[in-house]
Amino acid sequence: MMKSDGGDIFLSVRNLTVEYVTKQETVQAVNSVSFDLHKGKTLGLVGETGAGKTTIAGAILGVLPVPPAVTRGGEILLDGEDLMRLDEATMCKVRGKRVTVIFQDPMTALNPVMTIGRQIAEVIELHDAVSRKEARVRAERMLEMVGIPAARYDEYPNQFSGGMRQRVVIAVALACNPELLLADEPTTALDVTIQAQVLDLIRELNSAKKTSMILITHDMGVVMEMCDDVAVIYAGEIIETGTLENIFEHPAHPYTIGLFGSIPKINGDSERLSPIAGLPPNPADLPKGCKFHPRCPQAAEACKSGEIPVREISAGHFCKCRGKAGEA
Amino acid sequence: MVRYILKRLLLMLPVILGVIIVVFTLLYISPGDAASIILGTSYTAESAARIRETLGLNQPYLVQLGKYIFNLFRFDFGDSWVSGVSVSSELITRLPRTLLIGSLSIVITAVFGILLGVTAAVNQNKWQDSLCMVLALLGTSLPGFFFALLLALVFAFTLQWLPPYGMGGPEYYILPVVANALGGVAMLARQTRSSMLEVIHSDFIVMAKAKGLRRRDIIYRHMLPNALIPVLTTIGMQFAGVLGGSIIIETVFALPGVGYYLVTGCNNRDYNVVMACTIIISVAFSLVMLLVDLLMAMVDPRIKIQFSEVKHGRGK
Repeated sequence: MMKSDGGDIFLSVRNLTVEYVTKQETVQAVNSVSFDLHKGKTLGLVGETGAGKTTIAGAILGVLPVPPAVTRGGEILLDGEDLMRLDEATMCKVRGKRVTVIFQDPMTALNPVMTIGRQIAEVIELHDAVSRKEARVRAERMLEMVGIPAARYDEYPNQFSGGMRQRVVIAVALACNPELLLADEPTTALDVTIQAQVLDLIRELNSAKKTSMILITHDMGVVMEMCDDVAVIYAGEIIETGTLENIFEHPAHPYTIGLFGSIPKINGDSERLSPIAGLPPNPADLPKGCKFHPRCPQAAEACKSGEIPVREISAGHFCKCRGKAGEA
Repeated sequence: MVRYILKRLLLMLPVILGVIIVVFTLLYISPGDAASIILGTSYTAESAARIRETLGLNQPYLVQLGKYIFNLFRFDFGDSWVSGVSVSSELITRLPRTLLIGSLSIVITAVFGILLGVTAAVNQNKWQDSLCMVLALLGTSLPGFFFALLLALVFAFTLQWLPPYGMGGPEYYILPVVANALGGVAMLARQTRSSMLEVIHSDFIVMAKAKGLRRRDIIYRHMLPNALIPVLTTIGMQFAGVLGGSIIIETVFALPGVGYYLVTGCNNRDYNVVMACTIIISVAFSLVMLLVDLLMAMVDPRIKIQFSEVKHGRGK
């Protein structure tokens, strides 16, 4: 769908389609999504709850629950290698080593009956073929790195606060120096003061090791802080993508514009926010044509059917819209 | 930890005392005359009165109870009214057999119950799951004595592989243990399956997968330790079931253990025997429950921390 200008593309997702199939219904979670991630850069995947962001991360890592998840097609090229074609054993070597993930909810992401140190050491032992003793030393170093005293290695998750647990999750994700880090709403479950700390931590550790990252969030503030490129997702489709500047300075798609309209501005003229009218569509029964047309203020008759073309508005800035926004 | 164990052991005393008082009182008020049982056909009013006098049965209720409890401290349960043999010496030979059957049954229950439950859970809605659950349904619905009779019929009488009843070498234990374990295996398999399924969709299992762990390691290192917590409680309850079940199983296989002794005692209105067996079984059960609680603390750090905080003086 969206072509890139080539260069050092590290991760390339092509036409990824994922459905959740149950006896009652088929939920189209991700619909033919394509995007590229450059080496060492951070891509923000932005969208509402249920837009399919987490499913994309799960698909890249191959950890979606099967059933009900069914991957209908597409390619996930990591450094040119299609992850979807790898067998389970090879994929196990990719997970936790080359591609790692920071989960959304630190309260549930850690095994409650295993010491936090062991949970970090486990992944080091698994991928770097070191002795248990050495894994412990390295895990202790990771703990210190994320700001937890190594002396707490033998404590259990219930002895830590949410922010501390998220640091442990980050330590697990970074323990084997991944090439690609998927951060799935890493700060959503944390309170605001801790959010800033955790984001700083991720950014520091990332820039030190030149890790590429996909940051999944619905928080535009976090996107502005962290990302180089942004992809806006609506109902399982990428509707607009571009550089951070493209999206923030020249949002084109009515949905993206609506997103910014619903964020409070400190120097804004209007007292009231302008939320996007209506609700996201039921992913088990998506509208025809443009998925956004029932809520779109600029919807025309042409938007209600057919495939919506993707247009390049400016270099590297793509928008999937038939209306004025799509016109160059 | 040691302090906790001591505290729990001390707390067991009132429980056991309560059991003694309840059992003693029930038997005290229930009909039946020791003298007539002891004398049998040679019953006369004078000799009956003499026996009541020597046994102290004419004394007030509280005095009798007090004497009984006092004797218990010397492990003296009195004599069997029927055989005249000391109940404690009978128990010493019989108790190990019942405990052996009980422990073996529990081991079998735990191993097969957990194995079946895990197999069913990780293959949810596949044929392995259906097979395990049909077996579990059969196991819970078949009464223990019926299964025991079935086993005896097939393996002892038809195939003649194993002795049908009595006491002797290890082969005499096989059928009773298997029969005794069946209900437990079935129930534990169901419990394990459901608590595994609860864990299977946890975030930390997805995380374990995202770490690149193989399926096997995820199941045995991450899922099972978490699923075991409710399973352990069930195993403890099963032990009670197994002790109770030994009454039926020992009767079916004519195996001279505590359970069989209890049944014989009941039939003969041999109250000293009934009382002694009931007390022994409840003490054994209390000890097992304590053991289960301690095991829980080993498995679940959220429980363990309550003890260690006392030790380190941390928290409250």
